[in-house]
Amino acid sequence: MKNYRLSIGGMSCAGCVASVETALNSVPGVEEAVVNFAEHTAVVTGEMDIADVISAVKAASYDAAELKGGDEEAAEKEAIEFAYYRALLKKAGVAAIVGVPLFVGGMTGWFPEIDSENGQLTWLLLGLLTLGVMVYSGKHFFTGAWKSFRVHNANMDTLIALGTGAACLYSFVIVLFPDSVPSLARHAYFEAAVIIIGLINFGSALEMKARGKTSEAIKRLIGLQPKTARVLRDGKEVDVAISEVGLDETLRVRPGERIAVDGVIIEGHSSIDESMLTGEPMPVEKNVGDEVSTGTINSSGTFLFTSKRIGSDTVLAQIIDMVRQAQSTKPAIGRLVDKVASVFVPVVLIISVITFLIWFNLATENAASYALVTTMTVLIIACPCALGLATPISIMVGVGKAAEMGILIRNGDALQQAGKLTTIVLDKTGTVTEGKPAVTEIVPAKDADENSLLTIGASIEAGSEHPLASAIAMHAREKELALLKVENFAAITGQGVSGLVDNQSVLFGNTSLMKNHHVDISQLENKAQQLSQQGRTSMYLAVAGQLKGIIAVSDPIKKDSIEAIQRLHDLGMKVVMLTGDNQLTANAVAKQVGVDEVIAEVLPQDKAAKVVYFQERGEQVAMVGDGINDAPALAQANVGFAIGSGTDVAIESADITLMRGSLYGVADAIAISRATLSNIKQNLFGAFIYNTLGIPVAAGILYPLFGILLNPMIAGAAMAMSSVTVVSNANRLRFFKSKRQVT
Amino acid sequence: MLIVNLIGLSLVVLIIWWFWLKKPQSLKVSSNTVEIIVDNGVYSPSNIEIKLGQAVKLIFLRKDPSPCAEKVIFEKLGLSLDLPVNKPTEIRVKPEETGDYVFNCQMKMYVGHLKVNN
Repeated sequence: MKNYRLSIGGMSCAGCVASVETALNSVPGVEEAVVNFAEHTAVVTGEMDIADVISAVKAASYDAAELKGGDEEAAEKEAIEFAYYRALLKKAGVAAIVGVPLFVGGMTGWFPEIDSENGQLTWLLLGLLTLGVMVYSGKHFFTGAWKSFRVHNANMDTLIALGTGAACLYSFVIVLFPDSVPSLARHAYFEAAVIIIGLINFGSALEMKARGKTSEAIKRLIGLQPKTARVLRDGKEVDVAISEVGLDETLRVRPGERIAVDGVIIEGHSSIDESMLTGEPMPVEKNVGDEVSTGTINSSGTFLFTSKRIGSDTVLAQIIDMVRQAQSTKPAIGRLVDKVASVFVPVVLIISVITFLIWFNLATENAASYALVTTMTVLIIACPCALGLATPISIMVGVGKAAEMGILIRNGDALQQAGKLTTIVLDKTGTVTEGKPAVTEIVPAKDADENSLLTIGASIEAGSEHPLASAIAMHAREKELALLKVENFAAITGQGVSGLVDNQSVLFGNTSLMKNHHVDISQLENKAQQLSQQGRTSMYLAVAGQLKGIIAVSDPIKKDSIEAIQRLHDLGMKVVMLTGDNQLTANAVAKQVGVDEVIAEVLPQDKAAKVVYFQERGEQVAMVGDGINDAPALAQANVGFAIGSGTDVAIESADITLMRGSLYGVADAIAISRATLSNIKQNLFGAFIYNTLGIPVAAGILYPLFGILLNPMIAGAAMAMSSVTVVSNANRLRFFKSKRQVT
Repeated sequence: MLIVNLIGLSLVVLIIWWFWLKKPQSLKVSSNTVEIIVDNGVYSPSNIEIKLGQAVKLIFLRKDPSPCAEKVIFEKLGLSLDLPVNKPTEIRVKPEETGDYVFNCQMKMYVGHLKVNN
């Protein structure tokens, strides 16, 4: 019994479900067809041909395509690539079997002279043998060249076909009409044509092998998706294919298993290894209510969770999609090369014609032979592929490697910009610090007590979404204090909150709030300053215009922030911290973590303006924030970094997303961007130098001075190896290591 | 010798004319679907013309197993697509401005043009 899962396009209403089901059931062999309108999918069971199933859906005016698991697709792709690799090697082998004896025979005089007795017949037979090999091993070059020519395009096939074709044609003319050229020019080049075809096929096979490794990162990500899941249905645990897991189903995960879909834990707890998605090597403790992500590994306990995101909506699927898209983009540096590459082949064709004419007109002897050999060598040595490959292949490996480290780079431009950064602006809360503040001190004024202060503070902050509010609420809960009724609540941006608590007006916030409402804070001002100098955020609480005390909150610094900031300094970055806190608190934190500059009391809406301030001073600025509250500043910066804690980060929000909540990600992203850019430059330099030196040498520029003329077969070998070199150099990026992987 | 030189110079002129000056004929698309075969170094058809505002579904069928053909990139539209061998893979595009939207493989050896006219 076969089972297929299809994606169905074009369904707009529940009525469509019936139409699609009818269409599916009409296919011979189908025993059951179930359409899921929400997911736009269908599962078909029976003994049928998938092509018939798709045709039936299309005949009913809907779209259909088979959905396959990532592993199956990857395996199929690998099988096709391996078959093609074998075919290339076979073609190269056949060319070598014929080409090498032809070459050795020509050098050692096995074969008679063309114009000798029996010579013409022998060479004609050798020519026909060559033709056979050209058809077998090189047909694809000729068809490609012809088809491209018809659409006014020229590519690598054009150069190879013209180079080897000209050699072959010239040789046949010599063999059939030896008297048409002077006796010294009567040399056939069958061996050159065959060996060049063989070498280029061999080079393509090697390149293919090397290219397979460039996409290892994406293969590894795809491989994280489990094939089956254990779902609780009708009180029983059943193993089902991942494609059959629906939303809001309950799944069980046992120790050592991979999590099949994204969801929320509803029973049990465990530590989860999220390193494959976030790069964070330490397992993360998860309890009821915590989110779990597809592809991560349950290290210890057994738990139940409810599926919340499936298929292409999971974080893993989004990461794969983003990496795939980013791997196809090019930084500005690559676009210039594209312009060169797009005119490269016709330019080489023109150079080859000019080379022919120069040799034909200026050579004192054997003009036709020299003209042909140099023209052929120019055509063969030119390698547009090495130029074209230089940028995308490095991007592919660099972006993939970054993804393995939990760094998602949106596109090539972000990568190029990240390599040029000079200033890093860090948002304090949640970036430098944990973003989970806790109450550290409660200082009542003379006529107040701690509990009443905390009760009023927690009550008025109950309506606020500020992170400090939750710290105060948590502290009140811990002390089991009952909250009071609040009316007329108002949040005053950058200052605090106000409202009526038990019919008394309450103000809770910073010095500005108190001063604006003429509250006398002199009694506790020194204490507040003292606390600020220790890095605490102090908030004054006033009731009916009278100061009642201070509640101080502190947000602990992330354990690796200090070292990560030092690493940013080592990379030559100026590090600036932005915060809404007062100057004293900000200075205290800044001193602890070692930033170069701190800008305090910044209102959320002014963060983007601070980024502009540095940009106007000629700095290349990165803004690092949580990606949600800092969106305008992230957009304004040359590179916006969204820093997440685990897999809950908003992937779409920034140029670079750091899945691990550590500032090390910023340093790693800059380092890998620089490494990738320098790899691209090496590739481009190599490809440009190869072509700009290779083509004139092939044209015989060294002959008048040193008598050096390049053999076309050596040109063929050089051309075949140039692409392999570019791919191999890009592959070096796979071994890029962060200066410090473990936190 | 003169003839050879004349032929050579004519070839240079022909190369310039054929590859840079002569505009290839475009396939004017009236339906909303175009199937593009990816084989032998070319997209067939490689020149497609649509009207501004026309949404078009391009179905790529890659027959060339060489890795050169494995991706198609629409740089101006910020889109890219992996092309599995022998499996139709579709992409929907609706350019918002007139112009020439080039699509190509990573190495720009496969090149196609989606021309958007008023």
